[in-house]
Amino acid sequence: MDFQIAMLLGQDGITNGAIYALLALALVLVFAVTRVIFIPQGEFVSYGALTLVMIQAGAIPATVWLLLGAGLLAAALDVRLALRAGQPGRLVRLLGWYVAYPLALVALLYTLPVKDFPMAAQILFALAVVVPMGPLMYRLIYQPIAAAPVLVLLIVSVAVHVAMVGLGLLFFGAEGSRTPPFSEARFEMGPVMVSGQTIWVVVSSLVLIVALYQFFERTLYGKALRATAINRVGARLMGISPALAGRLTFFLAALIGALSGVLIAPITTIYYDTGFLIGLKGFVAAIVGGLASYPMAAAGALLVGLLEAFSSFWASAHKEVIVFTLIIPVLLWRSLRGRHVEEEE
Amino acid sequence: MKPMFSPRLILGVFLAVLAVAPLVLSPFYVTLLNYIGLYALVALGLVLLTGVGGLTSFGQAAFVGLGAYTTAVLTTATELPGWLAWAGGSPWLALVVGLVFTAVVALVLGSLTLRLSGHYLPLGTIAWGISLYFLFGTLDTLGGHTGLTGVPPITVFGFELDRGEELFYLIWLFLLSAVFTTQNLLDSREGRAIRALKGGMVMAEAMGVNTARSRMIIFVIAALHACASGWLYAHLQRFVNPTPFGLHIGIEYLFMAVVGGAGQVWGALVGAGVITIAKQWLQDVLPRIFGQSGNFEVIFFGLMMVIVLQRARDGLWPLLARLVPVRATRRELDAAAEALPRKPLPAKGEVILEAKEVTRRFGGLVANNNMSLSVRAGEILALIGPNGAGKSTMFNQISGVDTPTSGEVLFLGRAVAGRDSREIARMGMSRTFQHVKLLPTMTVLENVAIGAHLRGDKGVLSSAWRLDRNQEARLLNEAARQIERVGLAEHMFDAAGSLALGQQRILEIARALAADPCLLLLDEPAAGLRFKEKQALAELLRKLRGEGIGILLVEHDMDFVMGLVNRVVVMEFGEKIAEGLPEDVQRNPAVLEAYLGGVE
Repeated sequence: MDFQIAMLLGQDGITNGAIYALLALALVLVFAVTRVIFIPQGEFVSYGALTLVMIQAGAIPATVWLLLGAGLLAAALDVRLALRAGQPGRLVRLLGWYVAYPLALVALLYTLPVKDFPMAAQILFALAVVVPMGPLMYRLIYQPIAAAPVLVLLIVSVAVHVAMVGLGLLFFGAEGSRTPPFSEARFEMGPVMVSGQTIWVVVSSLVLIVALYQFFERTLYGKALRATAINRVGARLMGISPALAGRLTFFLAALIGALSGVLIAPITTIYYDTGFLIGLKGFVAAIVGGLASYPMAAAGALLVGLLEAFSSFWASAHKEVIVFTLIIPVLLWRSLRGRHVEEEE
Repeated sequence: MKPMFSPRLILGVFLAVLAVAPLVLSPFYVTLLNYIGLYALVALGLVLLTGVGGLTSFGQAAFVGLGAYTTAVLTTATELPGWLAWAGGSPWLALVVGLVFTAVVALVLGSLTLRLSGHYLPLGTIAWGISLYFLFGTLDTLGGHTGLTGVPPITVFGFELDRGEELFYLIWLFLLSAVFTTQNLLDSREGRAIRALKGGMVMAEAMGVNTARSRMIIFVIAALHACASGWLYAHLQRFVNPTPFGLHIGIEYLFMAVVGGAGQVWGALVGAGVITIAKQWLQDVLPRIFGQSGNFEVIFFGLMMVIVLQRARDGLWPLLARLVPVRATRRELDAAAEALPRKPLPAKGEVILEAKEVTRRFGGLVANNNMSLSVRAGEILALIGPNGAGKSTMFNQISGVDTPTSGEVLFLGRAVAGRDSREIARMGMSRTFQHVKLLPTMTVLENVAIGAHLRGDKGVLSSAWRLDRNQEARLLNEAARQIERVGLAEHMFDAAGSLALGQQRILEIARALAADPCLLLLDEPAAGLRFKEKQALAELLRKLRGEGIGILLVEHDMDFVMGLVNRVVVMEFGEKIAEGLPEDVQRNPAVLEAYLGGVE
């Protein structure tokens, strides 16, 4: 391996690492606030990327029907609750978000020539379709069992993942796709060529991380989420609704997932099930941080990205084996920091 | 009244149907039943692991793969390395090698991940599930993604089982023996320890159960079941490739266990049946509906799991069991069983517990300062004090849950510090908990029998094959004796969770007594008891004292304490402010000030 190849691999590793870092942050966030181990995080990556592909191909993205269906289901549940609670005033807002919004999206996608829009607008459309699935998913699937043990929530997460992969195959087919890069620019940095897309990925990730940091430090909602993460009961007693915290968290997780998908779609071919492996690598990173520390998770993500890039050079057949086996020494290290026998939730 | 069937009858009918099935069913259905049997074997391991033990694995398919690939390689390889040559060519030898190999892999993976808290283990299993799957696909000796062909059939006494209908009997023999041995195991000394893993680990450790070992046991058993299933699978299919050992199949196995009823041995069979048949049917129907081919059944499985976990977390088995009225069988106690041997008690009046200048700091807070106390055999010492005085901290130092910052605690002349609760239990110190720690779904009898864990020694294998019955009868007899002694005999077979709080506290005392202790630590035993119950408890404690047991009591209830105990130690702000006879302590001005406030 010469210097040039090393630099190339390093560039690859950092690009992927940036994506894993984003996903790891989302996973840590979701776990801290809701105790859900969010296995379907990766599906939002695929859904985001492939929805964009369909929009660019001039088709109506099938995901919008899923959004509408889930919206109708949630509306049915919540309208009943609202009526039973004698709060008909809430109906307008409920129906607006759950039903009118997806319908409006469908109408816009049908009438506007989205195919010929600039890429930024297409991306906005893709996000508008995929991201609201996050809070809807929380409402329909996790909220009814929010108090269940972590283990049950985990099994549910795996079930959701499995269902979403199946739906993904139905929506997008088995073929993989790529999107055109955000920019064709190439920069010469010393001896290495850096592609515009790499810079897009790294810069967007950094911007998103800083924005999240600001959100958690400066805004009331951000602080509410942090409070929930630290002490669920205490936050609830202070008037922070766990359901709201859950939906907000899932909104952020879906946003991060879909955006990650959009960012890497020009670099890697995305299949309906690609997201899972990407998401799992985010998990390996999050576990490095003990599912609790954001900076450690980010560092773990870079480690995973670089390890993956270099092992694809030295032992490409065993790339995945190496990355996922990394978790074992990490777990070992965590278990050696031993503890007493404790009760689990 | 509905007619009630005996469980034996239902089992007999089931076995008869099974025996006839391959003779009358078409090959298609026999194949289906074969697969149900294979999957149920894996799901059964998960029932033990997840439903009973509270550990979750998504990686069982990888263990199935280990079993399948081991036998495929050993029975098809033309050239084996010299040290393995003896195992070549014979499926039965390959089964043995596979089981040993799987056990080793499970031990290694288990020792890496089992000590971690709940959610790391399943995440770890996802990771190694994927790793092993990719490894199956990339190793040349395993045939890469095309796999290995030409696996020979299994022979039994020279008879080749090369048709599905013949292998059917072997598959179901494996499954049924696994079901019965698992059932037997759960109904034994080791089984009670395993059933305590979910929600009762701290208690179980205090009763001398090595919970880490129990976790490892069920992890390895689940892996071995999976391995055996893989072995049968390889000889049924006659070829292996990596596909059936991937993570998605591992997930499906877990779904089977959960859908069937993760806490139920027979639930594994129901779950495997439901999922296998539904899969067959959906794979047929869905591609026609959607107009394209693909594994769309996973959409339904995923949604089904969500609904099951939202609506019926115990799975389908309890719902099914309600349809068939089975007579409940009650455990028979064997009154003739020989009593368990008892440890000799120390001579009355001998100091058995001595705390010397114990200090415990939490950061800047001094919870215990220079505390000394001693308990003699055949006396009751009460440790009292207002809320926040540091009694519970002191209790933890003595019972070995916590380690003093300085000072030492001697029990029977040996230091307690640094020993774990198991060892302390073995030395003869037994305890109850301030917040009752019981296994609510188990009977009073079984709960108390956990206390006698260290007085038995039969392990997993003898339990599984019922070689432990003699000792088991003695253990249960001992438990029953203690239950009668504390006055709970009429509740012997009730679920522990159905007792009133006061009775649950008494149950804890029976459990502690079942360990045959010479020192009993009781944390607020009278809390929540009615007057009569308190009198009965006091009577019991007097009797125990008379037998020569030393008792340390942490208590709030002054009336209860004053009429009962020999000596009192009073704590306030982490320090001892008085010690002596109950009457003297009651008149002590420092004590009066601590309890009633000073006179201005």
